[in-house]
Amino acid sequence: MSELKSIAETEDEIVEDFSLFDTWDEKYEYIIDMGKKLKPLEEQYKKEENKIKGCQSTVWMISELKDGKVVYRAESDAVIVKGLVSMLIRVLSGHAPQEIIDAKLDFIDKIGMKQHLAQTRSNGLLSMVKQMKLDATVYLAQQASKN
Amino acid sequence: MPNTGLYIAFDIEQIRSYFPVLNRKVKDKPLVYFDNAATTQKPQVVIDALVDYYSNYNANIHRGIHSLAEEATAAYEETRDTVQRFIKAGHREEIIFTRGVTESINLVAYTWARTNLKAGDEIIISGMEHHSNIVPWQLITEMTGAKLNVIPVDDHGELMMEEFYKLLTEKVKLVSVVHASNSLGTINPVKEIIDAAHKVGAIVLIDGAQSTVHLDIDVQELDCDFFAISSHKVYGPTGIGVLYGKKEILEAMPPFMGGGEMIKDVTFEKTTWNELPYKFEAGTPNIADTVALKAAIDFVERIGKKQVRRHEEELLQYATEQLESIDGIRMIGKAKQKVSVASFVVDGVHPQDLGIMLDNQGVAVRTGHHCTQPLMNRFGIPGTTRASFAMYNTKDEIDVMIAGLNKAIKLLR
Repeated sequence: MSELKSIAETEDEIVEDFSLFDTWDEKYEYIIDMGKKLKPLEEQYKKEENKIKGCQSTVWMISELKDGKVVYRAESDAVIVKGLVSMLIRVLSGHAPQEIIDAKLDFIDKIGMKQHLAQTRSNGLLSMVKQMKLDATVYLAQQASKN
Repeated sequence: MPNTGLYIAFDIEQIRSYFPVLNRKVKDKPLVYFDNAATTQKPQVVIDALVDYYSNYNANIHRGIHSLAEEATAAYEETRDTVQRFIKAGHREEIIFTRGVTESINLVAYTWARTNLKAGDEIIISGMEHHSNIVPWQLITEMTGAKLNVIPVDDHGELMMEEFYKLLTEKVKLVSVVHASNSLGTINPVKEIIDAAHKVGAIVLIDGAQSTVHLDIDVQELDCDFFAISSHKVYGPTGIGVLYGKKEILEAMPPFMGGGEMIKDVTFEKTTWNELPYKFEAGTPNIADTVALKAAIDFVERIGKKQVRRHEEELLQYATEQLESIDGIRMIGKAKQKVSVASFVVDGVHPQDLGIMLDNQGVAVRTGHHCTQPLMNRFGIPGTTRASFAMYNTKDEIDVMIAGLNKAIKLLR
């Protein structure tokens, strides 16, 4: 198995993927495709405590710490949101809590998806990123208390 | 459809030219603005009125002795006269300026309702109210012990009037219903509701947020006790609205907010209130937007509501036919009488995805629950996609939306 790419490397990879697209339609087709490919979350995880609640669509997200790395899984009832969260998982999942906390995630701006970070889209990328970083912070604190 | 002479006079290109924002592009595509039930775009005359006010006669109104204050006061009060004429109110002092419909409803809730209701009394609202005509009454019923009842909505999105009559007993002191639904477009039989409510001695508030721009409003003929208006849904600026209230009711009501302007004499022992309408306009009001509201109303009257209504009805009919021809689309709200709102759901597609994909085509629609969650629950849906039309929209724009929808649905399913 090849060495896991760093967060920055995966971000660059996504930026490169998106550089192939000329139109908004193509960008969104790609995101929708990723959304459709995201492995669905088992029903047992689709409960209130895993919800990132927003105004329009619902995102369920779970995470666990495996061998010192945070593994995320998520799903949404909206496909584009699912595609966006799938990109975040691709970038952040499998990394150490501190790396996740430090991640700049400027690929979002570079691929033109900054509008989904707006405060008003409370179910957009912003709340997902916050939740993922919050989980990482909790794991970091747990690790620290064990040591 | 044959055009009548009247309709020919409605020059859509000319109308569009009055709205500068329609020239812009969104995501490299010409803007198609179908979010008019949320807020309408502003004609140049309204923008000019704002600029003119700040450029030439900005001053605090009333009591000022200098020329600018007198000019600003005159312009502010001219808007009151204009609104009075626009909704055919009997007296100018029945027109209270507020921040919008939400504040207008809250004003009635916190003054009239708070002081007049007690345990055992009842309020009736409808199942298609905006949250702004639900939550204030929930707050007031908690304070007073009064009970809140709801007129149910049928599958077509119309009020179940037989249920209304069952709820309408001597206990009912207030009925507050929306004139036209923001989510469904349904035009409610408010005249019938008002007359029936008056027979049991209840007073009636009509939420005119959606209706004022489309329908001819005559508050004296309606005989409603309160009527709430939002300027920004009538091509006017945001941040300004109107509460119409019958003079004798307003006079008996305590003030809403205390401060400057609303007083006659202030001593530390006792303060007396100013006369209507100033009793309800504490503090420096939103002068600029009020002044520009006059420009908006003058504009709407010059174009003519009747012509606009005819144009919008045609758009709604065309949009509904086109939407219904798409496989898997279900219209939400099929009332016989509707304002130009087309709300729909698509099987297997989330409204948010549709909204984003339409935005990529330059088409602005609204998706979600439209601040009417109980109504969405009634239809068993989380929300809809809503296209709402104004005077400057065209059938060509509807074609753009339909093409965008077809493309989006194919991708999203």
